[in-house]
Amino acid sequence: MTEEIHQLFNAIREEAEKRRNAFREAPVPKIHIGMATCGIASGAIETKKAFEEALAEQNIEAQIHTVGCVGHCYAEPIVIIDHPASGFPPVFYHEVTAGKAKMLTKLFLAEGDPRFEHVYGATEENELIPSVMEFPRFNQEKRVVMEKCGRIDPEDIYDYIAESGYSSLVKALQLKPEEIIREVQESGLRGRGGAGFPTGRKWELARQARGENKIIICNADEGDPGAYMDRTILESNPHQVLEGMILCAYAVGAGNATVYVRAEYPLAVKTVTRAIQQAKELRLLGKGILGTDFDLEINVFRGSGAFVCGEETALIQSIEGHRGTPQHRPPYPVERGLRGQPTVINNVKTLASVPQILNHGAAWYRSIGTESSPGTAIFSVVGSVVHPGLVEIPMGVTLRTLIFDICGGIPNKKKFKAVQIGGPSGGCLPADFLDTPIDFDSLTEAGAMMGSGGMVVMDEDSCVVDVSRYFLDFTQKESCGKCTFCRVGTYHLLSILERLTKGEGKEGDLEQLENLSLDIKNGSLCGLGKTAPNPVLTSLRYFRDEYEAHVSEKRCPGKICRALTAFYIDLDKCARGCDICGGCCPVDAVFSTKNRKKAIDQTRCVKCGECKVACPPDYQAVKKVSPPSLAPFIERPPKI
Amino acid sequence: MVRLFIDNKEIEAEAGTPLLQVCLSNDIYVPNLCYLEGTKPQASCRLCFVEIEGEDRPVTSCTVEVRDNMVVKTDTEAVRRLQRTALRFLLSTHHVKCKECPANKKCELQRLAKFLKVGLRPKNLDRHLKETETDKSHPVFNYYPNRCILCGRCIHACKREHGKALLTFAKRGIDTVISFYGEEDMSRLPGEKCIACVEVCPVKAITLK
Ligand SMILES: Cc1cc2nc3c(=O)[nH]c(=O)nc-3n(C[C@H](O)[C@H](O)[C@H](O)COP(=O)(O)O)c2cc1C
Repeated sequence: MTEEIHQLFNAIREEAEKRRNAFREAPVPKIHIGMATCGIASGAIETKKAFEEALAEQNIEAQIHTVGCVGHCYAEPIVIIDHPASGFPPVFYHEVTAGKAKMLTKLFLAEGDPRFEHVYGATEENELIPSVMEFPRFNQEKRVVMEKCGRIDPEDIYDYIAESGYSSLVKALQLKPEEIIREVQESGLRGRGGAGFPTGRKWELARQARGENKIIICNADEGDPGAYMDRTILESNPHQVLEGMILCAYAVGAGNATVYVRAEYPLAVKTVTRAIQQAKELRLLGKGILGTDFDLEINVFRGSGAFVCGEETALIQSIEGHRGTPQHRPPYPVERGLRGQPTVINNVKTLASVPQILNHGAAWYRSIGTESSPGTAIFSVVGSVVHPGLVEIPMGVTLRTLIFDICGGIPNKKKFKAVQIGGPSGGCLPADFLDTPIDFDSLTEAGAMMGSGGMVVMDEDSCVVDVSRYFLDFTQKESCGKCTFCRVGTYHLLSILERLTKGEGKEGDLEQLENLSLDIKNGSLCGLGKTAPNPVLTSLRYFRDEYEAHVSEKRCPGKICRALTAFYIDLDKCARGCDICGGCCPVDAVFSTKNRKKAIDQTRCVKCGECKVACPPDYQAVKKVSPPSLAPFIERPPKI
Repeated sequence: MVRLFIDNKEIEAEAGTPLLQVCLSNDIYVPNLCYLEGTKPQASCRLCFVEIEGEDRPVTSCTVEVRDNMVVKTDTEAVRRLQRTALRFLLSTHHVKCKECPANKKCELQRLAKFLKVGLRPKNLDRHLKETETDKSHPVFNYYPNRCILCGRCIHACKREHGKALLTFAKRGIDTVISFYGEEDMSRLPGEKCIACVEVCPVKAITLK
């Protein structure tokens, strides 16, 4: 048996290596272009086309290698050009527009000049160009799940295999299922879908559960606003996820598996579907995997994009064709899940961690991260940071390191105000918590939550009340409506928060927010309702003074809530005769004063802020204040 | 048979019976709306909370099967607090016009309000009513979204009767309503022969035309 497995796999690996070497050794430059959704959104398709055209026009031979996403959203479209004949190391270019692509084709590929002013860094150590590894954004990351993302072509299974892909499967097929479960247990891997449930334990329960047709589901519903880790992984390295699923199925004894992806991720759906096909063609999937008697079918189910369908019982309902509403647990899916069968549901990142664990061993995995949260965390860091994007770091790194070193800190010399972690289920932490290590337990203790990995950084120009309102608006809209606390309770939280942001807060509102929040947490049926009040509770805990300012002074400290702010023009700074602000006002609220300066008619102003943006930096005459009563009143002369 | 203690009363019951059912059969009233005997407990109205020794917070009694030596309390502060909030939430989306309502005096909401000592017009909560007062789209029934408390009993009674439900929840969040799938074709409906949904509704939100 063992011999047959090796024979079959060696043939595959040899083919992969042959292709890899042919690519590497071809005496032509290689152009690697990031073509995941993020790259495409920034114009990578046009960039690729520009390269193709320029190469054809100038009769240059080069190979274009499309890859997934490396996680550096701020730099898309990203292109790495490996042009050994030029004498330079492979070079990382950022924001490569079609124009830049044409220019680089001519000047670098044809003439050997890498154009230093456009170089981000070299991807290898060398004497000529500083390496990207000198940047914290590169050297402080630890890539376990995303190790191959952005390096391989997600549409080519051989590219994955050439980077030792599917070797953990070969290893696993020679082990007993229990041995795999033990290895996963020893690694301490905890589910990356949010709750951090020990993965090995889940698999063990599923293995022990009675059922003829056990099922594996990969949860790629990813409905948190601003989170896109799972999409990126599926688009950039689908095979690592599939390999994890195959290992899981082998370990628990399942014959069927489903990747549950939201339909709003068309590229991920396409990439995974193709990957499944390719794996089947090589007998890494399907009937008789690598010649053994282990069979596994994986199919793709497209979810319709309801946030609540990421909750495991609702997810099962939706696959079964019902309305996606959560069910009371127990029974847990591992006992009775899809179509009544024991079902393991794991997040994309959880499953993608497993091949690495089996390849390198549980001890290696445990050496990364912290005692209670081994391994890495992947965050999509967005908001007020210089380098937003996907970041994979060892657990235990502090929020400060992540935000200020790795992501470059807050742009425009603004001050850090808060970081919202864990999306609509998570919490909002102030500067005092910047030294909190990022791991499941520390974040929960601080009142936030690992969640599935959304992180929004806020600077001083943001309003925590408005942020809470935003999340409650989300949870209320996404509430399935089944249970009373979530359906009606989140509505009341939202309506109080809306009142606060409109300056209609009353005494007692904050106590009401707190009391209702506690009941909604304790009374709701599923995790959506149980965690929906978290953004309110944490921000009330850490920013109560801001809430109070909204209620009693009708003041928004972040100057965000429109009803609580006003714009006015400082007449000492305004330049006589200048009409730039008046020209851009969409509602004709700017008028001329007697001495040919400008003022704002508060009854007309819609507070869009265009005038503030337009006012030349030399004057900076437009001021924003809260409460609105701080704006001096200037009467508008009657129209003649 | 198992033996358990509910509010210090020793009670015998068939193993596996839902705790809520056992309470009700033994004259211990536990507030409830969505429970329908013989159908899978939905645990959606969030009223039937009780405290069970060994559990750190109140649990819904419809989803718990009785076990030997279980010690249950139905009247604790934590339980009443959750029940009152749930009821206040339901009332905040309910058109309280009892005098004009056919459910008057037979209404479960009135009963609950009296039992839990909650006013029918809860203070401190905004009232949210849906735009449609009466949905007359169904050929046989009228549906009153502002009476409906979305317990889902109609859906489960219908399913129990016909194998599959001819009505469903529709929309999401605060806009959730009961819908008849827009079916107007009488030949595909049981007509007035079956009024299971009307009969199980605790607030007369579905009536015969
Ligand atoms: C409202 C809600 C949404 C959820 N969305 C997701 C999701 O998008 N992806 C995910 O993996 N888990 C999500 N979960 C968690 C799942 O229910 C489940 O715990 C998880 O998929 C288990 O995988 P893990 O053990 O690998 O973490 C969600 C939970 C709730 C309550």
